[in-house]
Amino acid sequence: MPVLTIASFLLQSSADVWQHLLDTVLFDYLTNSALLMIGVGMGTFSIGVTCAWLTSVCQFPGKRFFAWALLLPLAMPAYIIAYTYTGMFDFAGPVQSLLREWTGWGYGDYYFPEIRSIGGAIAMLSFVLFPYVYLLARAAFLDQSVCVLEVSRTLGCNLWGSFYRVALPLARPAIVAGMSLALMETLADYGTVSYFGIGVFTTGIFRTWFGLGDSVAAAKLAAILLLFVFTLVLVERGSRRQAQYHHSTNRYQNLPEYKLPGIKGLIAFVACLMPLLLGFILPAIQLGFWAVDTYEEMVDESFLKLTLHTISLAAVASLLAVMLALFLVYGRRLFGGKAVVASIRVVATGYAIPGTVVAVGVIIPFAWFDNTLDAYLRDNFDFSSGLLLSGSLFAVMFAYMVRFLAVSIQSVEAGLGKIKHSMDDAARSLGYQPRQTFFKVHLPIMKGSVLTALLIVFVDVMKELPATLILRPFNFNTLAVRAFELASDERLADSSTAALMIVAVGLIPVILLSKSISASRAGS
Amino acid sequence: MTSQLDVQNIDVSYGDVQVLDRVSFTLEPGEIGCMLGPSGCGKTTVLRAIAGFEPITHGHILVDHTEFSSPSFCLPTEKRNIGMVFQDFALFPNMSVADNIGFGLRNWHHKKKRARIQELLAMIGMPTSAKAYPHQLSGGQQQRVALARAMAPQPGILLMDEPFSSMDVELREQLAREVRNILNQENITAVLVTHDQNEAFAIADRICVINEGRIEQQDSGYNLYHQPANRFVADFIGQGVIIPAEVVGEFTVKTELGVVTNDMPITANLGDTVDVLVRPDDVIHDDDSGETAIVVEKAFRGADFLYFLRTDSGTEVLCLAPSHHDHKINERIGIRLNLHHLVIFDRI
Repeated sequence: MPVLTIASFLLQSSADVWQHLLDTVLFDYLTNSALLMIGVGMGTFSIGVTCAWLTSVCQFPGKRFFAWALLLPLAMPAYIIAYTYTGMFDFAGPVQSLLREWTGWGYGDYYFPEIRSIGGAIAMLSFVLFPYVYLLARAAFLDQSVCVLEVSRTLGCNLWGSFYRVALPLARPAIVAGMSLALMETLADYGTVSYFGIGVFTTGIFRTWFGLGDSVAAAKLAAILLLFVFTLVLVERGSRRQAQYHHSTNRYQNLPEYKLPGIKGLIAFVACLMPLLLGFILPAIQLGFWAVDTYEEMVDESFLKLTLHTISLAAVASLLAVMLALFLVYGRRLFGGKAVVASIRVVATGYAIPGTVVAVGVIIPFAWFDNTLDAYLRDNFDFSSGLLLSGSLFAVMFAYMVRFLAVSIQSVEAGLGKIKHSMDDAARSLGYQPRQTFFKVHLPIMKGSVLTALLIVFVDVMKELPATLILRPFNFNTLAVRAFELASDERLADSSTAALMIVAVGLIPVILLSKSISASRAGS
Repeated sequence: MTSQLDVQNIDVSYGDVQVLDRVSFTLEPGEIGCMLGPSGCGKTTVLRAIAGFEPITHGHILVDHTEFSSPSFCLPTEKRNIGMVFQDFALFPNMSVADNIGFGLRNWHHKKKRARIQELLAMIGMPTSAKAYPHQLSGGQQQRVALARAMAPQPGILLMDEPFSSMDVELREQLAREVRNILNQENITAVLVTHDQNEAFAIADRICVINEGRIEQQDSGYNLYHQPANRFVADFIGQGVIIPAEVVGEFTVKTELGVVTNDMPITANLGDTVDVLVRPDDVIHDDDSGETAIVVEKAFRGADFLYFLRTDSGTEVLCLAPSHHDHKINERIGIRLNLHHLVIFDRI
């Protein structure tokens, strides 16, 4: 529904504000978004693929550790890493201060890259988004039959030759899929770009909405952003379809491990350490320091209330999302009607839609409904219903469902998909009705994936910034919003406690994910 | 407990595609039937229709004279009191062997249930494996647990969908014999689906050969081999070739391998040309015979050789010869027809 709302605005007659936008900032939005996408695309590709290849077929010190630790940056929301790096590298931050102390330079005596720039944003986003590429590329490398690699070796390729000529092309669909995920996140990002003051679509939507008060123009921006996103969705879908073919044989053995001796091993070690260090360890340490400094004044009753709010919101949202997902997915398994299949398809695109777009798409129809209802009640019953939907948690919850139902569906679907249909038939032939079959057979077998779905939605809701920012009722805050607000007020250190909590919670699904990956190596 | 199964003229369609075309057969209580046919012929669909997973569009399925399926009615699977063994066994991976076997016994009294599980474990020869989980078992053991699970609630009819297809060839026939013993012991009416005729011969009392959704012939294994009703069955069951022959007498035909006398009158007219089925065991290798043929190919099969021969006129026949008659390719050997019961088809 939000998508339809947004799309309908593409056709609506243009207001003055739109013309104004067109004249002034739209071109900037376009170029900035394009630059961001190119930069982040290259960044995530080089970091992700290098690390994936090193950790899947080479042997060097710390390989096992890196294999899962490289996922850790996923737990770090981009906007949080952006604050910390700004805090660390800006003029008054520890790095530059130290530099001045050592060299005696003063202000303006030296060149230091500006963190709050588009280059900085590309770096920030690449550091936290490369795990998408890493994850899918590594899975593809591990899935590749060792035979094709060995064949390429017997045909005269050396290690790098077989990487470029065999492994990389075979993994291409997975890499493309990973990159499009990273780019979707880039497009959806609001916190980082807004903090760095870069004009892209998400910030533009926000500014047009709240600054210029023009919902139509904001919706138009959102619609253009959606076009970008759907292109990416199509790219991703297409590459996934091809990915079915990268299982070149059904025979697996342990992957060969090429020993990288001495200096080469060290280089590999450093190559894997850097992204981890930059994307997770450094910012986490910085946040830790700040939090130690400030937690006494920050952790008070209101902070506990905030945490409670956030957790209860996330808990309700994740339960709801999983229940809906179970309902939909199981409905498809039982009945498999075209309507069910289509609705799952539609719902599943929700994750790709940026939070700002979802928010705008939710609030417009809800506000219309509220105003109409209110006017009707006032006219007929002399009674005001107020903002029933749009100003309430219901709107927030609805937006979360639009955005995160896809995640829970994916997880639940994966779990249910592993249960062969003959299991259903077996239970039926032993006298169980479909509902009993579900509780007796399916749920116990897939409880792992249901739990995973719960956790992932939980964490995603905790991290979610833009939609919450737009839709939350007055005086209702979440940790993410609080951290963002404090950071926007340049109270970086004060925001660290909330940020650290988000990161800590965000670690849970990452660890789960890395565990399930190491357990799922085909053939073993 | 055992039931009579009566399948009457059933049709099943998936969308516009008709998969079964007037399939009929009857199994008396305790009889073991088999659906035999190439892949995609609809044999599994027969099973699924009996189980109630597929609705039928024509005909009736009756069990002990009670209607289970008709075009307007389909008794839900869980009410049919049937047991089913699946191709992939479909054991519940999260349950132990005992829990799997006891899954269908949920309304049984605790003690009775435990006794029944023990009884079945003993029957399948795995009395100590109650606590094991499916992934700890070998394929053959999983197969037997799946059988025990299906038989636990004492179903009226047992359905088995290619139950041995994931087994080694040696294991298959051994398991088929074991299963047959168990079924006979418990006197269960069973329907088996397979594409492997040896499996069908080993287990079934009555075999329905299915092709493109139709039953081509239903009979015992012996009769299917020796009296195939049509060319499809002749071709599908066993090996053999069809050679032309001229009717030269009331009991005799003349082929290029010699004159053959049938044990009963031939229906075709004198002077007609007909086709005659020649199995490899109908062609005897005989060095003294006047008829000869050239060895085109040969396959060593342990106890015997299967020779692919070509006569001077170009007709190809198969010949089963004892293992010590080792001839080279392109060698000319003597052969003799040893046919007393002719399988004759009209010439096409």
